[in-house]
Amino acid sequence: MSANDVVITGIGLVSCLGEGAQAHWSILSAGDAKPVYDAERFAPYTIHPLPQMDWSQQIPKRGDQRQMETWQRLGTYTAGLALTDAGIKDDEALCASMDMVVAAGGGERDVSVDEAILEASRSRNDHELLLNEKLTTELRPTLFLAQLSNLLAGNISIVHKVTGSSRTFMGEEGAGVSAIETAAARIRSGQSTHVLVGGAFQTEHPDMLLGYELGGYLHRKRWKSVWQRGANDGGGVVTGSGGAFLVLESRAHAEARGRKAYARIDAVASGRARREGNDLATAVSGLLRSLPDFVATELVISGASGAHAATAAERQALREQGSHAVRAFSTLTGHIKEAQFPFAIALAALALSNEAAYPPFDAENEAAASAPPARAVATAIGYNRFEGAAVLARA
Amino acid sequence: MKTTDHLGRPIVAVTGIGVVTSLGQGLDANWAALTSGQSGIHPITRFPTDHLATTISGTVDFLPSSKEGASALTQELADLSSDEAVGMSGIARGRFDGPLFLASPPVELGWQDRLSLYASSSEEQGYPRLLKVAREKLTAEIFDVAQFATIADRLADKYGTRGLPITLSTACASGATAIQLGVEAIRRGECERALAVGADGSATAEALIRFSLLSALSTANEAPTKASKPFSKDRDGFVMAEGGAALVLESLESAMRRGAKVLGILRGCGEKADDFHRTRSKPDGSPAIGAIRAALDDAGLGDDGIAYVNAHGTSTPENDKMEHLSLATVFGDNLKRMPVSSNKSMIGHTLSAAGAIEAVFSLMTMREGVLPPTINYDNPDPAIDLDVVPNAKRSADVRTVLSNSFGFGGQNTCLVMAREAF
Repeated sequence: MSANDVVITGIGLVSCLGEGAQAHWSILSAGDAKPVYDAERFAPYTIHPLPQMDWSQQIPKRGDQRQMETWQRLGTYTAGLALTDAGIKDDEALCASMDMVVAAGGGERDVSVDEAILEASRSRNDHELLLNEKLTTELRPTLFLAQLSNLLAGNISIVHKVTGSSRTFMGEEGAGVSAIETAAARIRSGQSTHVLVGGAFQTEHPDMLLGYELGGYLHRKRWKSVWQRGANDGGGVVTGSGGAFLVLESRAHAEARGRKAYARIDAVASGRARREGNDLATAVSGLLRSLPDFVATELVISGASGAHAATAAERQALREQGSHAVRAFSTLTGHIKEAQFPFAIALAALALSNEAAYPPFDAENEAAASAPPARAVATAIGYNRFEGAAVLARA
Repeated sequence: MKTTDHLGRPIVAVTGIGVVTSLGQGLDANWAALTSGQSGIHPITRFPTDHLATTISGTVDFLPSSKEGASALTQELADLSSDEAVGMSGIARGRFDGPLFLASPPVELGWQDRLSLYASSSEEQGYPRLLKVAREKLTAEIFDVAQFATIADRLADKYGTRGLPITLSTACASGATAIQLGVEAIRRGECERALAVGADGSATAEALIRFSLLSALSTANEAPTKASKPFSKDRDGFVMAEGGAALVLESLESAMRRGAKVLGILRGCGEKADDFHRTRSKPDGSPAIGAIRAALDDAGLGDDGIAYVNAHGTSTPENDKMEHLSLATVFGDNLKRMPVSSNKSMIGHTLSAAGAIEAVFSLMTMREGVLPPTINYDNPDPAIDLDVVPNAKRSADVRTVLSNSFGFGGQNTCLVMAREAF
């Protein structure tokens, strides 16, 4: 134990299963969690939609809500849940000195403007002029800000007054891995005392699905668990809307304000192994083995996306490294892109603080836990590139 | 020689720099143009400007990928500047062996690709057609271009950087944030060196229109080279521009051990977010003031410790006023002895790259003993009492520089650089 141990003192979660750390624990630990999904709206793709949201619970001003689209609202809302959970939300001084690292993609484009341009492009050849005509007259000024990656962090500063520092990392699961890794390193080295870190993803938008499907990554047949999606069913990924934010603190900082921690993050590892070829499983094994005492870790919260190469490699690597209780949460929530790794860490922390593993999310493919976990590993092996894993222990 | 700073942390040196802007490619071409007060702003020729309120920019038009879309150009800008910086550092390309921090614009699938995907099928309409094409045809190349992490991944391959590269955005402060992340990693002892890059080749019609809709851009289309006029009374917005810059950051100890030439010291970084508004800064300037003070504290310097300010100086009515307020508040009477100039008067606002480009120019300012001017300073704003190094370069003995970067979304990042360790 050290004063600069990295402990988790706040968790904010939103997924199709509901909102809040406790709600997720209750549903996921009960043993009969059913996925909530919609196979119609974006057929042939299945998505896990947001639950009913009352944005004003965390974003009281209508004016603030209007400046954002769903992605930024979702992230700002989830960040608010984490701050509230950590008892920081209404502490002006703590918010003003709090550092922030957000893992972000981009916001939602205006579908109707895009589609009008696409359709008009069929009957004209002067496409560049067409763009100027349509974009100058039909784009809404506020939408630009709603699309900017760093404006999720900007909105968190405005709505929740977190202003110590603000950094946005971009780029799929790797952004979430780097966000957690950087936040933890800053705390461990004394560069930060408390950090808000996380991300959100809003998949209920055709451009967000296009982002995956241009690479052929989406599952296109009926819903199956992460481990059961076949190559002839499409690319293996079923996406979900959701968010995950964490409050990380140094042990000394948390204790000084009398906060109990969920868990401790002992180490974070990351890498950029190639997806093609046969070396990915070896690389994932190496990543996992680089974590202290991985073999003795009881529980693995896997961020597996279902993408064939990455998911098969992770499965093989986990098997080779011993018999863990592996839980791939995206079976139930869908793949939450930039928020995938923070979400995995949050679920690992909840299991440690409740001193119980989750029952299998897919009983055919996930073994029952043999003992309450004292340690847990969280993974995010990127569907297309980059990977990370962290080991957590009881606080 | 002492290799730790006032807080016992490793001193971070700069051992390689590289730059590309509308003024040209490479350090020599840029420095010569910048110190002769040349403007890189010109009428836009990359795309038609019919219907646009602003028809000028500082685009980089002389590279092979200049017409290939935002992602391709941003990558080339990042690559060219990295190549120059790493080459200068004497570290073998392909064996950099330190982390990579890339500041780049948020990439989206460009219109060129959207329209070509759409034209390749006649079934369905709108997004369902794009999705159908994506499902049924080979679109892997277009996929790669639209992934945020692609450019950094390719740079990591080429330069042999270590670990998972970080792609970041803090809007117009991004370049400074990339440097800050590198400095912090070296101070934590995680690495002996880091490659910090800022690149932005995103001056597309849509990007220009979006900034126009926010009333952020100058519309002085008639005289492009005069359009960017920071601290002038008639300033009317920034000029969108492109560019790239890279810095090899290295612990002073490592640089000395391998006998590398030290180009300058990255002495302090400061940051403070604004919670006032998405595009406007708090009227009292407190976040910018906080960021400057944090950078001075981090550098172990007082309000008399800075010799020259490389201003954010965008030429928007609001930024220049707020920047003056914050400098006056922090430096008080010292400000009278501190020249403050804006590179953006010549190269325009290079957005995600600006912080890195301006850090490179700040280091050159100290090394060469020459202050680059603020050009187009013909009609001074009487409310902004600054020595802006008007219109012509000036020789000066510059030991320390403050470089400011402020961005949409309340981002404020300041860097303090020094000519040598002291």
